[in-house]
Amino acid sequence: MSATALLQAIVDGVLTGGVYALMAAGLTLIFGVMDIINIAQGAMVVLGAYLSYELSVHAGISLLPGLVITVPAMFVLGMAIEYCFMRRVRESDRTAMSVLVTFAVAIVIEGVLSAVYGVDYVQLHASYVDKSVYVLGFYLPWIYLIAFGLAVALLAGLYALLYRTRFGRAVRASLQNRTAADLIGVDVSRTRTIAVGIGVAVTAVGGFAFGATNAFNPNSGYDLISRLLAIVILGGMGSIGGAMGAAVLMLVVNDVVAVAWSPTWAPLVFFAALVVVLSVRPQGLFGRVGARAQ
Amino acid sequence: MRRRAPALGAIGLAVAVLGLFPVVITDPTATSIAVFTVIFMVATTSWNIFSGYSGYLALGHAVFFGSGGYAVALAARDWHFKGGWDVFALLPFGGLIAALIAVPVGLVALRTRRHTFVVVTIAIFFIFQLAAFNLGFTGGTSGIFLPIASFSAATYNNPFYYVGAVILVLTVIMSWAVRRSRFGLQLLAIRDDEDRALGLGVRTRRVKLIAFVLSAFPVGMVGGLDFYFVGQVYPQFAYNPLFDVSLALMGFLGGIGTIAGPLLGALVLEALQQYFTQTFSGSGAYLIIYGALFLAVILLLPQGVIPGLAGLWRRWQTRDARAAPAPAPGALP
Repeated sequence: MSATALLQAIVDGVLTGGVYALMAAGLTLIFGVMDIINIAQGAMVVLGAYLSYELSVHAGISLLPGLVITVPAMFVLGMAIEYCFMRRVRESDRTAMSVLVTFAVAIVIEGVLSAVYGVDYVQLHASYVDKSVYVLGFYLPWIYLIAFGLAVALLAGLYALLYRTRFGRAVRASLQNRTAADLIGVDVSRTRTIAVGIGVAVTAVGGFAFGATNAFNPNSGYDLISRLLAIVILGGMGSIGGAMGAAVLMLVVNDVVAVAWSPTWAPLVFFAALVVVLSVRPQGLFGRVGARAQ
Repeated sequence: MRRRAPALGAIGLAVAVLGLFPVVITDPTATSIAVFTVIFMVATTSWNIFSGYSGYLALGHAVFFGSGGYAVALAARDWHFKGGWDVFALLPFGGLIAALIAVPVGLVALRTRRHTFVVVTIAIFFIFQLAAFNLGFTGGTSGIFLPIASFSAATYNNPFYYVGAVILVLTVIMSWAVRRSRFGLQLLAIRDDEDRALGLGVRTRRVKLIAFVLSAFPVGMVGGLDFYFVGQVYPQFAYNPLFDVSLALMGFLGGIGTIAGPLLGALVLEALQQYFTQTFSGSGAYLIIYGALFLAVILLLPQGVIPGLAGLWRRWQTRDARAAPAPAPGALP
């Protein structure tokens, strides 16, 4: 294996890591504010991709401008799902029950998408999606550069929102102690609804990045959710910076193994690394025990 | 003793229905649904022995299902089984392999708790699926064929059904025995407060591991049964993520931690799912109905059907008592 191939694999891994970070951001945010494992995250990414597809193919609105429509649409959907389903789950065994509720939501989303679009694979296209730029001996596809830039910007934005604003303080307060947050005048239910809305809205951008870099069909969510969960757990659940770090790390490992050994075994190394890391550090790489990591 | 009588009657009735079902209903479509339903009833009951009693949500039991299936398929092929009742004799071997696999899996996964445990079981599941796709002896994507059973066409499903029913009865007895034992109490203590249980002298790590291994054995057996019935074992079917989630769904639907709950949940959901798949196959409609029904049950009966309905029943029974005005305290008769 040449040094160039290895470097190319690392660069690819970092850029693909950006795409995965975009998809995982909503998952870690919703976990961070609700203690809910959103199994529907994969289905929501695919839904976001189909919304972008619908706009670009049938309404003639290109992908990036289309985000102005898909992001608010997913924001409303997220709030509706929180309002109708997630808040009905009892506090005592919320994590386990949330897996089931969100899985049911995922089944419904998958069912609606299959009824509308069938099982054929589609992919998102635009002039800036299909071109590459040649820098210092590497071909860098524009879409990955865009996705990486969006990932950095969005995660920084989420971080600022959670840790530098009044709303963010309310969100964190309502997770730490619901009763105390109620007592000091935080509207906990409303705060959570908006926070989940934001998490799902971010997923619309993840859907755009996923759809432009992969062919997808309504079933694609299942392959995604395992990887996204792996990233979020590895990064430390609820940690926004951790999601980015873990995504880049995992995809670099994946791509380097694919070049150095074999592409068929690369995903196995991905999951094996996860198991090893978690049995040594159950709180994840960037998570802290007993406290929500920044 | 009198309180026991209705319960014994219900058990007798259930066993009679289980035994007589293929005699009364001979339609092959119905009996084939029944075979899959019995398989899922075993798997969910057995999943509940670990996850229901200990409170650890395991989403990787397809590892045991698939490994049991592969063990039976490989043994039947390499030891030249003819295909008939003889293959059923291999099912305990499938269960044993599944239980042996559960030891290292449990040792690794049970180092973690809560969400991390859920994700570690999912990750281990994907390692097995990828290995099955890529290793030489598993036959890759096309998998392994099992010998074709030499049963008469008209009652082809019945031997599979009865073998499944026997495994089911044994698994339910095991679940009941665990629930009544000191070991079962230790598991329940772990579910309620693991740190306190540890402080009170429960060897939590050992108890969890034993429960995990116990719950793998029947799943491995019905894995072998399932793939013998289908005739082939291949990776995406043996190690199926939907299987993992189905067990949790069925368990929660019926009510986890109980004995009848997982049975009822699997009975309703698997039969319904098979029926929907055959009726609305190919469109997304069945997914929408299934998902919506499922959401409705979780939201209306969040504790599961059995505990939820039992709660409603108690409330209905005490309705008259509460409606009647209580005599004022201290009032003279």
